[in-house]
Amino acid sequence: MGPRVALFATCINDTMQPSIPIATVKLLERLGCTVEFPPRQTCCGQIMTNTGYYKEALPTVRNYVRAFEGYDYIVGPSGSCVGSVREQHAMLAHWAGDTGLEAAATTVAGRTYELTEFLVDVLKVTDVGAYFPHRVTYHPTCHSVRITKVGDRPLQLLRAVHGIDLVELPKAEQCCGFGGTFSIKNPDVSVAMASDKARHVRSTDAEYLVAGDQACLMNIGGVLHRQRSGIKTIHIAEILASTEKEVTVA
Amino acid sequence: MTTHERLTPQPPSWKDFPPFPQAVKTELNKAEQRKNLRHATGTIREKRITRAQEVPNWEELRTAAAQIKDRVGRHLGDYLVQAEKAMTDAGITVHWASTAAEANKIVADIAKAKGVNEVVKIKSMVTQEIDLNEALEAEGIAAWETDLAELIVQLGHDLPSHILVPAIHRNRSEVREIFTTEMGTYGAPAPADVSDNPAELTAAARNHLREKFLRSKMAVSGGNFIVAETGTLVIVESEGNGRMCLTLPETLVSVVGIEKLVPTIEDLEVFLKLLPRSSTAERMNPYTSLWTGVTPGDGPQDLHVVLLDNGRTNVLSDPEGRAALRCIRCSACLNVCPVYERVGGHAYGSMYPGPIGAILGPQLRGLENANDRALPYASTLCGACNEVCPVRIPFTDILVHMRHKVAEYKTSKHPTIEQGLMKGAAWVMSDGSHLATVQVASRAAGGIFKNKWIGPMPLPLVDRWVQARDVEAPPTQTFRQWWKNEHEEGKQ
Amino acid sequence: MSAREEILQRIRTATADVAEKDPILDVPVEWTYGQALQTPDVLADFVEKVEDYKARVVRVAEGDIGSAIVEALAGLQAGSAVLPGGLPEAWVQAVTDAGVEVFRDDPELSHGELNLISAVVTTAAVGMADSGTIALDHGPGQGRRALSLLPDCHVCVVRADQVVSDVPEGIARLAPALRARRPVTWLSGGSATSDIELSRVEGVHGPRHLWVILVD
Repeated sequence: MGPRVALFATCINDTMQPSIPIATVKLLERLGCTVEFPPRQTCCGQIMTNTGYYKEALPTVRNYVRAFEGYDYIVGPSGSCVGSVREQHAMLAHWAGDTGLEAAATTVAGRTYELTEFLVDVLKVTDVGAYFPHRVTYHPTCHSVRITKVGDRPLQLLRAVHGIDLVELPKAEQCCGFGGTFSIKNPDVSVAMASDKARHVRSTDAEYLVAGDQACLMNIGGVLHRQRSGIKTIHIAEILASTEKEVTVA
Repeated sequence: MTTHERLTPQPPSWKDFPPFPQAVKTELNKAEQRKNLRHATGTIREKRITRAQEVPNWEELRTAAAQIKDRVGRHLGDYLVQAEKAMTDAGITVHWASTAAEANKIVADIAKAKGVNEVVKIKSMVTQEIDLNEALEAEGIAAWETDLAELIVQLGHDLPSHILVPAIHRNRSEVREIFTTEMGTYGAPAPADVSDNPAELTAAARNHLREKFLRSKMAVSGGNFIVAETGTLVIVESEGNGRMCLTLPETLVSVVGIEKLVPTIEDLEVFLKLLPRSSTAERMNPYTSLWTGVTPGDGPQDLHVVLLDNGRTNVLSDPEGRAALRCIRCSACLNVCPVYERVGGHAYGSMYPGPIGAILGPQLRGLENANDRALPYASTLCGACNEVCPVRIPFTDILVHMRHKVAEYKTSKHPTIEQGLMKGAAWVMSDGSHLATVQVASRAAGGIFKNKWIGPMPLPLVDRWVQARDVEAPPTQTFRQWWKNEHEEGKQ
Repeated sequence: MSAREEILQRIRTATADVAEKDPILDVPVEWTYGQALQTPDVLADFVEKVEDYKARVVRVAEGDIGSAIVEALAGLQAGSAVLPGGLPEAWVQAVTDAGVEVFRDDPELSHGELNLISAVVTTAAVGMADSGTIALDHGPGQGRRALSLLPDCHVCVVRADQVVSDVPEGIARLAPALRARRPVTWLSGGSATSDIELSRVEGVHGPRHLWVILVD
């Protein structure tokens, strides 16, 4: 029997791309975890925090703490949202002068894992029994690498996927230009960056672009679709959940 | 308005640039500039990684540098008084300037007292900051830039676009064009048959500047470091134009920001290892000059230092933002920044571009100007700058902090649409039941678009996203509904 | 209020949150100063790094310095050289005997005169291997700063016992000179620029040619 895990679905996945948390649930259950979904959960709040609206972000911090404080393992399929929980929640509580919330937020953040961290560090697996017979290239999203610091865990997991043809993405470390409200406040630069990223993705001749953050995939995938490139985007949870018996993507 | 003949080429004004989000529209369309920047930043980025990896204790050095700079900042008054005494004892005349205007007046007054009508200059960010050249021009004193890139910028009637390589936006053929058309107006002309080979262009600059070095009676510099303990000034450079200016004229005025102090001689070992590897990606820059006051019979016999505030105490007063004062102007953050690489330096509307410009400029100048309110948002928060900074400035934390200050500034004047959106989001995200209510709308939209992709549409804000990207229609079932159906029905 | 008082007052206000008044206690610096690198062969490293800047390095025995200087000046096609006070008389004699036009900075040469002399020959204060850096403290044999700046070729004699592994050891050796208010100049190769397309060009305003004689 594996550990009891609270799924932090993230608001964007919950609303826009439920296939990702569904894949996360299937994967974790396949690996023996007992998965729960605390329904009061919503969002990490970074859209407010990173736009400068601390006061407006605070309710999400309180809600996150209340939703997840009873769990030892909180797992989210997003490097960015997990990064925000870990690096910004306590800061916001500190800013508000709420020492009780700051302590609670620090504790809960310390139990919050990005999916690939949880798999590699807690479950100690890299071969999760996945099967995905496609040519795939991986974009390490900025927040997963530089804030959440997942390192090469996603690559360890992807390399162990059966049947996969994993190809290197040129200039992989460079930002795709999403940046949350950056894409709205500075749309021209955002598009210039996304277009360059899409060009590098196309140069790999991959069928799928994989990453650990749906927001970045939406950004790059939107450009790839406009360009009729035929390259699809997929979240790493969806590849890891795929088996010979059950392909999670259409 | 009377026009008098200018002594030096007239540059454009930073004031003519619109705020960042508008300025980038022009800059992104400069295909040649984008190519130059992509090439240059790509090259330097790779080299910097190599040079940093050669140093076994690179991370410890970065930590030490951050700590030394924090020590100075938190006790700046003590170190300034100590440095002032050490410099004065060594024969330097120390001046203090609260503002750019005060600093410019001090320099102009020294020039007038010396009876000179021209000065040679070492590349310095701080004299760009105070716009010293134009202040001297207005007083009838010509300021000649002697760093190759600054010379290209000056002769090109241009503005710097990079902290270290101000002409990074220019390629060799543009430099050739500038040299052949402009050099002769202001001194020794470039050879008529000069090619666009960088070595030939450099030789033309050497020849053009040599007569100015030999002739000038006064030089103006910045300063990379002042050692508080001894009053030693340090200038780090490559071309030797710095040594010329520091050695040959009779009078030398160094304008230095008050944050440039390090406590002791020994502290220099940390910075002189970090700075060249971070900036030019060299193990060491070609020349470093260290001088401690007047040396009889060697170099300028009349030395001045102007200690400049010009907003630095504003930065210091913010405990969350003051780490920006650690900056040693290496420009590693610019070189690694994906936004800078696309838009170049001019889009930032200031001589401090890139990530450091986005956090330092608005703190130095305040938020009254629209561009200074836009700059903290001129970043995707990708964090690449955090990783390369030799003094560990937490760029993304300070960017977010500055955004908070901007939001507070704007909403203190009157309620804004953005604030309304954020308040709405705050309510939605304060509880899962609120989010579920709003998801009714996204599911309804999903029903209308039925798995289709959504293309361009002329809706405000939305059009910014869909101008170059398609959007997948939202699903008709959210995850929380799926969960309810799969995991909760029948289980309870 | 003077600008000085105003700035110091603003600093006091800005740092009102700093409770600990002793800077060293307030912000400890986790760094061991003056550390050497564990370089197996410091002199070989020094040679490699200096050569990496496209400077010429030759290694000679003590007795061969004079002829090495003559060879350097010939190699650099330098017909004239300024020899600062304090250089060993034997070196001066060797250069003079080789037919090079010799200038001494006594009485002091003007900048215009120095600008027309092909080369300068100096000793050095410290060599730092890891970065390929030579430091001059402008003591005897090194001349005032203009001497090693205006001539286009610099022949620099560095003794093996002056070479240390890295910058921190170098700073430690230079500290007494700096505290005695001597000017110090660091040279790492000849002058260079990367200002046009970040493509490195050796030789701008400083001496375009550096020739190092390392005395074992």
